[in-house]
Amino acid sequence: MPRKKEEVLLDAQKITRATTRIAHEILEKNSGAENLVIIGILRRGADLAKRIAERIKQIEGVEVPVGLLDINLYRDDFHSRLDQPIVQRTEILFDVVDRNVILVDDVLFTGRTIRAALDAIIDFGRPRSIQLAVLIDRGHRELPIRPDYVGKNIPTSKEDRVLVRLEERDNCEEVIIEIAGLKRKTARSGGRASGKGGKKK
Amino acid sequence: MKLKSRHLLGLEGMAGDELKLILDTAESFREIIERPIKKVPTLRGMTVLNLFYEPSTRTRISFELAEKRLSADTINFSKSMSSVTKGETLKDTVQNIEALKINMIVIRHSSSGVPYYLTQCTDSNIINAGDGRHEHPTQALLDMFTIRRKYGRLDGLRVVLIGDIKHSRVVRSNIWGLKAMGASVAVCGPSTLLPYEVEKFGVDIYTDLDKAMDGADVVNIMRIQLERQQAGLFPSMREYTNLFGVTRDRLRLLNKNYTIMHPGPINRGVEVTSDVADSKSSVILEQVTNGQAVRMAILYLLSGKKREEGE
Repeated sequence: MPRKKEEVLLDAQKITRATTRIAHEILEKNSGAENLVIIGILRRGADLAKRIAERIKQIEGVEVPVGLLDINLYRDDFHSRLDQPIVQRTEILFDVVDRNVILVDDVLFTGRTIRAALDAIIDFGRPRSIQLAVLIDRGHRELPIRPDYVGKNIPTSKEDRVLVRLEERDNCEEVIIEIAGLKRKTARSGGRASGKGGKKK
Repeated sequence: MKLKSRHLLGLEGMAGDELKLILDTAESFREIIERPIKKVPTLRGMTVLNLFYEPSTRTRISFELAEKRLSADTINFSKSMSSVTKGETLKDTVQNIEALKINMIVIRHSSSGVPYYLTQCTDSNIINAGDGRHEHPTQALLDMFTIRRKYGRLDGLRVVLIGDIKHSRVVRSNIWGLKAMGASVAVCGPSTLLPYEVEKFGVDIYTDLDKAMDGADVVNIMRIQLERQQAGLFPSMREYTNLFGVTRDRLRLLNKNYTIMHPGPINRGVEVTSDVADSKSSVILEQVTNGQAVRMAILYLLSGKKREEGE
């Protein structure tokens, strides 16, 4: 087994600061919380969506509806997989027509998850806009998709793994990067995530 | 967690965690049926053959809609409109259709074991939609799904299956599935409609309906199969109704919050009275709606399981 170097990118405090800032940016860009809905991609995107809604409530005093979205039925790698991923329950209990939808995910990587999520949301109706908020943008897009709100941009190599752990389901709160490959002495580059690496989650 | 087999032939021998995976997945699909656009692109490019050698309303339409809601292409085959009437065998029929490149076959046949036979002579995923007296797994799954939705569980519940136990494939599938999920199961019917060696099912057996219903949570009433009643297995329909018909009067024997189920089609006034079938505790139409979600789950979980891996 290759030796792996792990590095903490964000700790609990930094995650909190990032989500708070994203909440402020969402309110600034949309001139308030009116007409907003938040949809989080299961599972950790959904956790973050709830946090952002909570933050908006603290700042603006407005309850923004939160929906949960499972994108597995919209994946584009259906025919190349051997076993189907477990489908979880999508819960979008509000109308998205003419709303400004904030789509939330934990890590933005190839953009394929977001493509699937966009198709799924549009099956629920025609929103006025869909904006994308992510905690981590690690680059390497394979589709023309860009985020509107980013917690932190992290340069990675395609093979690195970025892991988001949230209190809600992991009993700890951190974002770490696993730098793959044993050839490189990671200490030499000051622990920076660069060069070889893994895949998101 | 994943399903072990690439076919669904029956629930006998299926483990509790496999059943749970199917029911949990169905729960996710149940929501799609309530959406304004009741369609997801999941099975795009897949072709499903609905091969019905026996008449069916609910099961056939339910499967076809489930396939369409998953964006699969569907072909419907019915015996009377096909070359079967010219004497073509089942194997030839299926292999010819398969040569047109299909991926899955949903099969309903009057002979037990036909779905298994198809697994031996085709490459498609086979889903049993009822074979003879053997099994009707998707019906039992939707029954279990409906019960679990109402009570939040299956274990510890008392379920009574009433009627023609001998000829009913729905009963068999229900017995295997319910037992694997920890429910307590009883069957009740005239002794002429209990199968040979019924005790090997490992369920409680009654020929007295009042005793069977006493303390039960769920009553699942099987249809008296009029087409099979030429053999004189009970003296008259009237006598059957008196002894085994579920009437309002008998409901007081059940536990509070009881549930009335029937896989359909109902013979009103024979195995169940209309006031019971249409009462608030009856979930007969909900069973139909849930059937679609369960069938979507099965199609989803089996699709993509290719021949190389196992079986």
